[in-house]
Amino acid sequence: MSKTQVAASGSVSDLQPDAFGPPRGIGGSLRAFFSRIRSGDLGSLPVIIGLVIIWTVFQVLSPNFLSANNLVNLALQCAAGGIIAIGVVLVLLLGQIDLSVGSISGLSAAILAIGLTKLGWSLPVAILIALAAGAVVGLFYAFLFVRFGIPSFIITLAGLLGFLGLQLAVLGPTGSVNIPPDSPIIAFTQLWFLPPVTSYVLAALVVAAYLFVHLRAARRRALAGLSSASLGESVLRAAALLVLLVAVVYALNNDRGVPASFLLFIALVVVMNYALTRTKWGRSVFAVGGSVDAARRSGIRVTRVYVTVFVLCSLFAALGGLLAAGRVTTASTSTGAGDVPLNAIAAAVIGGTSLFGGRGSAYSALLGIVVLQSISSGLTLLSLDSPVRYMITGAVLLLAVIIDSLSRRSRASHGRA
Amino acid sequence: MTLATELDPARRVGAEPVLTMRGISKGFGAVQALTDVDFDVYPGEVVALVGDNGAGKSTLIKILAGVHPQDAGQITFDDRIVSITSPAASRELGIATVFQDLALCDNLDVVSNLFLGREIGSAALDEVEMESRAWDLLRQLSAKIPSVRIPVASLSGGQRQTVAIARSLIGDPTVVILDEPTAALGVVQTAEVLNLVERLRERGLGVLLISHNLADVQAVADRVVVLRLGRNNGNFNMSDVSYEDIIAAITGATDSAGLLHPTASTFDAADTEGDTE
Repeated sequence: MSKTQVAASGSVSDLQPDAFGPPRGIGGSLRAFFSRIRSGDLGSLPVIIGLVIIWTVFQVLSPNFLSANNLVNLALQCAAGGIIAIGVVLVLLLGQIDLSVGSISGLSAAILAIGLTKLGWSLPVAILIALAAGAVVGLFYAFLFVRFGIPSFIITLAGLLGFLGLQLAVLGPTGSVNIPPDSPIIAFTQLWFLPPVTSYVLAALVVAAYLFVHLRAARRRALAGLSSASLGESVLRAAALLVLLVAVVYALNNDRGVPASFLLFIALVVVMNYALTRTKWGRSVFAVGGSVDAARRSGIRVTRVYVTVFVLCSLFAALGGLLAAGRVTTASTSTGAGDVPLNAIAAAVIGGTSLFGGRGSAYSALLGIVVLQSISSGLTLLSLDSPVRYMITGAVLLLAVIIDSLSRRSRASHGRA
Repeated sequence: MTLATELDPARRVGAEPVLTMRGISKGFGAVQALTDVDFDVYPGEVVALVGDNGAGKSTLIKILAGVHPQDAGQITFDDRIVSITSPAASRELGIATVFQDLALCDNLDVVSNLFLGREIGSAALDEVEMESRAWDLLRQLSAKIPSVRIPVASLSGGQRQTVAIARSLIGDPTVVILDEPTAALGVVQTAEVLNLVERLRERGLGVLLISHNLADVQAVADRVVVLRLGRNNGNFNMSDVSYEDIIAAITGATDSAGLLHPTASTFDAADTEGDTE
């Protein structure tokens, strides 16, 4: 298709008279969306449908489930595990895994508690040292991975045991150290909520920023002669976001409000999503996850990508551990133990990040942890505790991985593998 | 990066070679892969490098691509004697190599693959600029890519080859090496890729084409260089050589190294021994 033809037909330059052509307008976007779904590129659709089903079922079984009080609890419970899951999303994008996120979070919680009580550190110092410990662990993993080429599964399995031991050693013989009750980290994870007005203003600002960015991008694309979202589509998307945010904020404000720790989690998800989709670093993460060899031959410094991702993953795990310790006011041998690491990995996978690398999004940490905590919270309301919860969580994880595998196979048969 | 390289007659055939290799030798342990090989690439010319399996074609292009250096011999690029020690050095000289496996990231879209490792934008990626340039480039190559925002996994073999070749042009090279670009492609897709090779020639690039398919070579090459058992075994202008002559040079039916116009084709039975055709 020559340029003159494009000009004559008055269309934008990247639209070709082809069934594959980029979508135009709202209808076109919808058609493109359904065509993607049919070819097996499901994205976060399964988890959103799953969440709707889970919430409906629990609301029917237990009328308290969608109460404001329970939703605020849900948000409080999501923060720590969700932050750990962000890190897991990053390693999964590289096609790697970190099994030791639980031990790292436990270790950082232990360092915080001991630092605050026995060593007399101030809170900022204790937090910094705990996070630095996490970063060092990530650096160590990256060194082992890059230098010796050991599979990350084995490295982090060894790390799981090794750092669990270190966590127990740091905690000492009592195995449990209370964080001083007046420490701001306890207030942050339990008591700090956004004032209602602030939360609404924040929601409005977020939507305004979203609309601004979207419109500016559309205008730049139009100026460059590329197909761009119509004004109607941009406004519709912003309106949908506004409805969603106001609904969430309204529900939470009916009780205590939007928890500060949950807000931190959301902010980290948004920041990581930006880093993954809009920066060179993010592009190189997806490239390495897609094909290490192709990435290396394109001049991407693959080692640097591995190092940053392993460090970030451990850093998020350490931060999650601090929040988890703050929420229960104590660092103990059970901090980061049990189902914490597997929940974080399950959340990332359930949220739609592929185990096979190169596919996923920071938002899958948010969606996945909300699904898992909803199940946990709903079952607690129904007085069904651990045994049933573990079994159901396991089943949901299995379902998510089956969907991942099936969609991968479907992509392959549609030539989108 | 100026993608609109105009047709410059001075860069067409007849000018000085942009790339000259003289007396190139390369051995791997006991195996002598290349012995005293001479090779030239002229701007605005498609030169095909042919030879049977094990003739040394891959070794020769790997030397040019900076995968491994030659043991002996001299490479001149743009009238300067150069040593190509790494893939990066090769790229910086202006040699772009498209290997047979293409090295694309299937999960990324066409734009991302074209600019992989060379993204535009400082802190944030400039997607608009990259997409515009991608369309410009693909249009100049008359490439038929349905959308630049779909993963390359959903493209056909010919389209993937097109993306890989287009990507090699992002760095504004003077010589493009294509390793078996039509292997495993259908008839229509092969024609598309050969058209693309002609586009490259029109842009004044020196194109080094490695192919097993002599029909493709005859369709698109200006000159054909034959390697046999690691030595030069013919350098023909496409216009005055027959299919049989090339086959003869490949199989060793004539040992006429360096001949532009093969005259005597003495069949030497001893020479065909050990050939694995």
